Amino acid sequence: MNPIKTFPKGGVHPEENKLSANQPIQDFPMSKQIIVPLGQCLGAPADCIVNKGDRVLTGQLIGTAKGFVSANVHSPATGTVAKVDVVMDHTGYYKPAVFIDREEQDEWVEGVIQTDELLTEIKLDSKQIIDRVKDCGIVGMGGATFPTHVKLMVPEGKKAEYIIINAAECEPYLTCDFRLLLEKTQEFLMGVKILMKAVNTDKGIIGIEANKMEAIELLDKTINAHRDLYKGIEVQPLKTKYPQGGEKQLIKAVTGREVPSGKLPIETGCVVVNVASTYAIYEAVQKNKPLIERIVTVTGKSVKKPCNLRVRFGTPANLLIEAAGGLPENITDVINGGPMMGKSVSVTDFPCMKGTSGILLMTLDEAQDRRQTNCIRCGRCAKACPMGLQPFLLHKIAKQNNFDETETNHIMDCIECGSCEFTCPANIPLLDYIRYGKAKTGAIIRARNQK
Amino acid sequence: MNKYTISGSPHVHSTENTQKIMYRVLLALVPALLVAIYYFGWYALRLTLVSVAACMLTEWLIQKFLIKGPLTINDGSAALTGLLLAFNVPANLPIWMAIVGSIVAIGVGKMAFGGLGKNPFNPALVGRVFMLVSFPTAMTTWPQAAPIFKAGFFTDAVTGPTPLGLLKEGGAASLDHAQFIDMVLGNRGGAFGEVCAIALLLGAIYLIARKVIDIATPLSILLTVFVFTGIFWLINPATFIAPWYHIVYGGLLLGAFFMATDMVTTPMTLQGKLLFGFGVGVITVVIRLWGAYPEGVSFAILIMNAFTPLINKAFKPKVFGVVKPAKN
Repeated sequence: MNPIKTFPKGGVHPEENKLSANQPIQDFPMSKQIIVPLGQCLGAPADCIVNKGDRVLTGQLIGTAKGFVSANVHSPATGTVAKVDVVMDHTGYYKPAVFIDREEQDEWVEGVIQTDELLTEIKLDSKQIIDRVKDCGIVGMGGATFPTHVKLMVPEGKKAEYIIINAAECEPYLTCDFRLLLEKTQEFLMGVKILMKAVNTDKGIIGIEANKMEAIELLDKTINAHRDLYKGIEVQPLKTKYPQGGEKQLIKAVTGREVPSGKLPIETGCVVVNVASTYAIYEAVQKNKPLIERIVTVTGKSVKKPCNLRVRFGTPANLLIEAAGGLPENITDVINGGPMMGKSVSVTDFPCMKGTSGILLMTLDEAQDRRQTNCIRCGRCAKACPMGLQPFLLHKIAKQNNFDETETNHIMDCIECGSCEFTCPANIPLLDYIRYGKAKTGAIIRARNQK
Repeated sequence: MNKYTISGSPHVHSTENTQKIMYRVLLALVPALLVAIYYFGWYALRLTLVSVAACMLTEWLIQKFLIKGPLTINDGSAALTGLLLAFNVPANLPIWMAIVGSIVAIGVGKMAFGGLGKNPFNPALVGRVFMLVSFPTAMTTWPQAAPIFKAGFFTDAVTGPTPLGLLKEGGAASLDHAQFIDMVLGNRGGAFGEVCAIALLLGAIYLIARKVIDIATPLSILLTVFVFTGIFWLINPATFIAPWYHIVYGGLLLGAFFMATDMVTTPMTLQGKLLFGFGVGVITVVIRLWGAYPEGVSFAILIMNAFTPLINKAFKPKVFGVVKPAKN
C-alpha cells in the first residue's frame, strides 16, 4: 500500500457517519410511473425527441444533448410516454421531464449486451471511446454532473498525464462509491483502463480516503492478481479529511500539483473522474449500455434501514425512503447528496437523477439552525479553507455588495465546500453570503469579458 | 406541500461555539485563581467576584438600555474580561476602583465599539491601564503573598515591592534570586493573577490542547523577551537580570498566554501572530529596562493591538493556485 497522502491546507473532519457502509447494493424495483428530467447535467437540458403516446424501450435515447456542455438522456424503462411536462426536481425549480408509464417487462434497445460477464478487451480507440461516453450520456456522478466527454477531450497543446479516479467519498454518510468499489471491483478497474486509453496515458491513480481500508486492500489485491491487465493503475490512500475529494485538493494530494486559479485541471495534466462515472463508462464502452441507473445511498441517523440501492433514474425519492424503513418522525431536512455540499429539498417526491448520490434525512437536532453571534475574528474559517481564502472577509464584503473587493480577494476560487461555515463558532452563514458574492462577481466578470 | 427546511449547505456544523471557547478560557484561569486565593485570601476572591459581576452588569445594562439589542451576557466574554481585569490588579485595591475599572473596560473598551468581536483593544487591559493612570498609588501598592493558613483568610496583607519594582528602584543587586522557586510558585508580591507561573502554565497547556489558543503568539513573545533580555544580561550581568527571571517576574506569562491570545484583538495568520508576539516582547523589555514603569506587558499588548489590522492586511494566507507575479 502506498503511504497516505493529503492536501496541505485547511480542511475539516466532520463526523463520518457511514451508516450504510456494510449494506450490499440492492436492486430497487421500478415504480409504475417514472419521471425522467431532461436536464440531468450541469449545462443545457437535453432536447426532447419523443412525443406523448410513443412507446420507448429501455436505454432508448429520449433527449439529445443541446450545445457543448450538455448530455444525452435515455429512457430508464420500457413503456409509453404519458406526457412531456415539467416536474419539480431537487433544485426546487420546475424543469422539463418525460413521464413514462412503465410496462412490466424490460425490453432493451438493440445492441446492449445484457450479460454480467467481465469484458476485458477494449475494442474501441480513443476517439470512439469519447464518442461512446458522449452518446451514453455519462456525466460526473459525484454530484456536479459535468458531462464526462467534455473532460476527456484534451484541448490542443495539452497532455493528460494522469487519470485520477475520485474515490475519496469525503462527504459524510455517503457510501455508494464505496459499495461499488467492493462489489464491481473488476468492472471499475476496467473503466479506469478505458479512461486511460481515452486520453492516451499509462498512469491511472485511484485516490481513496483511508477510512475505506476494505476497498483499498481489495483494489490492491485485484490489481496485483491481474498485473498485466491493470498495468499502470495505482491505489493512493488519502487522509480522512474533508474536502479530500474536491477536484483541486485531490490533484494536489495525489500529484503535488496546484491547479492555477481560474484554470481547469487539465493545466496540471490531470483528468479527474468519479467512481460511479468510471463504472458507467465501463458499461457504456464494453456493453454499449447508456447511463440509466446509479447507486443511491439512503441514510440518516434516524433512518431505520440505511441502505445502498441501485435505482433507475426517474424513480421518486419517497419510494427509496420507504425502502429504507420509511420516513422517520421529526425529519426537518431532506438532502439530495451529502451533508456538506448536498442541496436541501422541500419535498420528498423529487425524481432520482444522474447526480443523486444520496438521500439524507436529518432531524432538527442534527441540522438545526443555531443562533448566530458576532464574529470573534478567531480565524478558524481561514484556517479551514482549503483554497487559502479568508471566508470572514469574503462574507463581510459580499454582504456590503463590494464586488470589486470580492474579486481581488479571490472569491471566484471558492469551491463551496462549506468547511468555513462548518467550523465557525459564531454560526455565521459564511457560505450563503460567499455564494451570493460569487454569483454577483461572476456575472460582473462575464459581462466585462463580453465587451 | 413545502414541508422541509430549505437552507444552503453545509447542513452539519461543528459543535464549537463562542460560549464554549470563552468558558474554556475561564476554566483555564481557575488554577491561577485558586493560588491567588491561597496567597491573598479573601481580598483576591472579593476583588474577582466584584470585578466579574461589575463587567457582566455593565454589559447587560448597555445591551438592555442603550443598544436595546440581544443580551449576550451568557457568552462568557464579559465574565472573562472581569476575571482578567481582577487578575491584573493588587489584591487590596479598593473595590470601588475595581468597579470603575470594570465599567471602563466593558463600556469604553468593548461596548463603545459595538460589542464582542468589534473592539480593537483588549478590554481588560483598557480597564487596567485606565486604573493605573487614574489611581497610580493604589494600583502600585502591592500586597505580599501570605499563605492563608499562616496569615488567615481575612487578614490585611503586608504591602511591599514586586520583584520588577525592586529591579527598577535598586537594580539587579537588590533582587534575591535564592527565592526563585517561591517566585515560580507565586509566593511573591504582584497582581494576584500573575504570581503563580505554574498555575498559569497549567491553564495555558489546557487551552493549547483544546486548540482554543495558538501557541505561536505566546511562544513568540517569550522567545523575544528571553533573547532580548538575555543579550543585555550577557553584556552586563551586574545591571541586568537573567532572562528566565524576566519570564517569571511580573505579568509576562499571564499577558502572553491569556491576553495576547485574545482572538478579537490579535492577528489571524501565523506570520502575523509571530510578528505581533515579537512586537509585544520588544516593547515589554524596552519598558522594563528603560521605561518609567517597572512592568510593560499591558502597554505592549495594547500598542500591538493597534497594529493588528495592519498586520492582518499585510499577512494574508496564500491562495491556492495563485502564483505571485515575478518581480521585475
